[in-house]
Amino acid sequence: MSAAALRLANRESRGVCITLMLLAFAFLAVFLVLPLVAVFAEALRQGWSAYLDALKEPETLSAVWLTLGIAALVLPFNIAFGVAAAWAIAKFDFRGKSLLTTLIDLPFAVSPVVAGLLFILIFGAQGWFGPWLSEHDVRIIFAAPGMAIATLFISVPYVARELIPLMQAQGREEEEAAVSLGASGWQMFRRVTLPNIKWGLLYGVILANARAMGEFGAVSVVSGHIRGETNTLPLHVEILYNEYNAVGAFAAASVLALLAIVTLIAKTIVEWRMRHEQQTLAAALPAEKTA
Amino acid sequence: MSIEIRNIAKRFGNFVALDNISLDIPGGELVALLGPSGCGKTTLLRIIAGMEMADSGQVLFSGNEATHLHTRERQVGFVFQHYALFRHMTVFENVAFGLRVKPRGERPSEAKIRAKVFELLKLVQLDWFAERYPSQLSGGQRQRIALARALAVEPKVLLLDEPFGALDTQVRKELRRWLRQLHDEMHISSVFVTHDQEEALEVADRVVVMNRGHIEQAGSPDEVYSNPATPFVYRFLGNVNVFHSRMHGPWAEVAPREQDGKAAEATAFVRPHDIEILRQETGGALAASVRHVQAIGPVVRVELGHQGEVIEVELSRERQQQLGLVNGDPVWLMPKQATVFGEGEARRWAPDWVI
Repeated sequence: MSAAALRLANRESRGVCITLMLLAFAFLAVFLVLPLVAVFAEALRQGWSAYLDALKEPETLSAVWLTLGIAALVLPFNIAFGVAAAWAIAKFDFRGKSLLTTLIDLPFAVSPVVAGLLFILIFGAQGWFGPWLSEHDVRIIFAAPGMAIATLFISVPYVARELIPLMQAQGREEEEAAVSLGASGWQMFRRVTLPNIKWGLLYGVILANARAMGEFGAVSVVSGHIRGETNTLPLHVEILYNEYNAVGAFAAASVLALLAIVTLIAKTIVEWRMRHEQQTLAAALPAEKTA
Repeated sequence: MSIEIRNIAKRFGNFVALDNISLDIPGGELVALLGPSGCGKTTLLRIIAGMEMADSGQVLFSGNEATHLHTRERQVGFVFQHYALFRHMTVFENVAFGLRVKPRGERPSEAKIRAKVFELLKLVQLDWFAERYPSQLSGGQRQRIALARALAVEPKVLLLDEPFGALDTQVRKELRRWLRQLHDEMHISSVFVTHDQEEALEVADRVVVMNRGHIEQAGSPDEVYSNPATPFVYRFLGNVNVFHSRMHGPWAEVAPREQDGKAAEATAFVRPHDIEILRQETGGALAASVRHVQAIGPVVRVELGHQGEVIEVELSRERQQQLGLVNGDPVWLMPKQATVFGEGEARRWAPDWVI
């Protein structure tokens, strides 16, 4: 039997392949592409000038800046916590390791609205630290700090989730080699660990960032919806829509959609880079057989 | 630099990896830690390197306490089974790493680093690979780079964890010989871990045979092979036929005689090449029949059946030509040499007859 016939023998028939592909594409078209097109179509319904005017609304602009600001504020914490947690879980054995792994996943399991309510319970006027905070004139709930905290809670697992399997697969040996050669802890991290995880880290950051910018539930609870002050883009979209300002709502939504598309492109590039590196590694493996 | 291991113990949960081990490794020697997987040899090596902490006991370097010294300060070179080269650095940068991370005051100049790296790459015969990445090298080349990297910081001890374990037979033999040569030139104290008895016997000055967290025997390769101290060492270093004294009538002679009126339990170990096959019955010989004859290189391996058990014998080709053994032939066996392990002590035994 020829090689081609052999390969076909353990494959599904062409009909099945094509049906599955069509199904997948049809689903993506209806549930992902169509809404995306609709967002831009609605936003541009009254022409470019109306669209640009809607974007220039001070309240919309402030929502954009607040969204970007919160994302920028949350990101360093995400990186620091993600790397530290992944490092601890992947490279050390300690009591409570599985508990830590479970805790990292907690934000995935808890409803964002519940998470928001929890922060009100802790920092709100009637909450545990409420009286102390108001005494010292610190506003957390119904202000940007509370929204940043809620966003951090929601987006914190992504970096760690991305890095743990990567670091586990890479093992400890390179780090051990670095230390046996006299490297300090920081030198080992910067020269050996970080270059090995950089693409995984970037991928995790992109995912966390997308989640942080798009979060609605948790932020909605702690924001207080003060226009021009504590409205992020997702919250602002809802307000405009409820006021029957369709162009304004969809214009703001289109900004979010653009951010999502940029994220998607960045994610694809990073994924491609990661796969490329793995392939060069894999390509080198057969060479192991020869001297 | 000499290494002293004093009463080192290490557990992983309920598993006892090392059970009160003591061992002296004199300076300048090439020592093999030999044993089956799970015997604690790698754990011992990692404790010497400071990558694992012993639960109790001491490690001394040149007589100085080193038990709690950080790996960074131990000045040991470590070579891993899977090379552990820095995958994002070129071969040059890999070897230069140990020099670049030195504190500013001790760090050599760029020119000196370059000279040193190329000197080492020449030593491992890979100087034209400086700009390549580890993924572009074969396994044998990677391990040589790993060795060059370890030697760059001029370690006092070289520790190698199954250094040739991931390579195929041909490359392994080549690197083995090369390591021995390197050691003879540099005289740096080296300890390497292996589960391959041939590797240990061929390369090392001293072989330390380990089993289940204990040291079974330590000695020169010839000592451990010809004078195994325990049944385990006998079994682990080469093929062996085992006889339980009570079962094999005439051969019970090899067992210790009755003590205090009871027959003492004893087991006799005979190497396949220490059994003589005879065509005629002699006093004390064991009746057997030929089951299988196979020529392997310079020797002929004969499988014999005796009361349902299989006995392996190795003959020279000349001896087989004389005997002309064929499957089903009845023959008689005589041991030329045997070791008997009674309760506690080992006794060597050789018959006083000669063919």
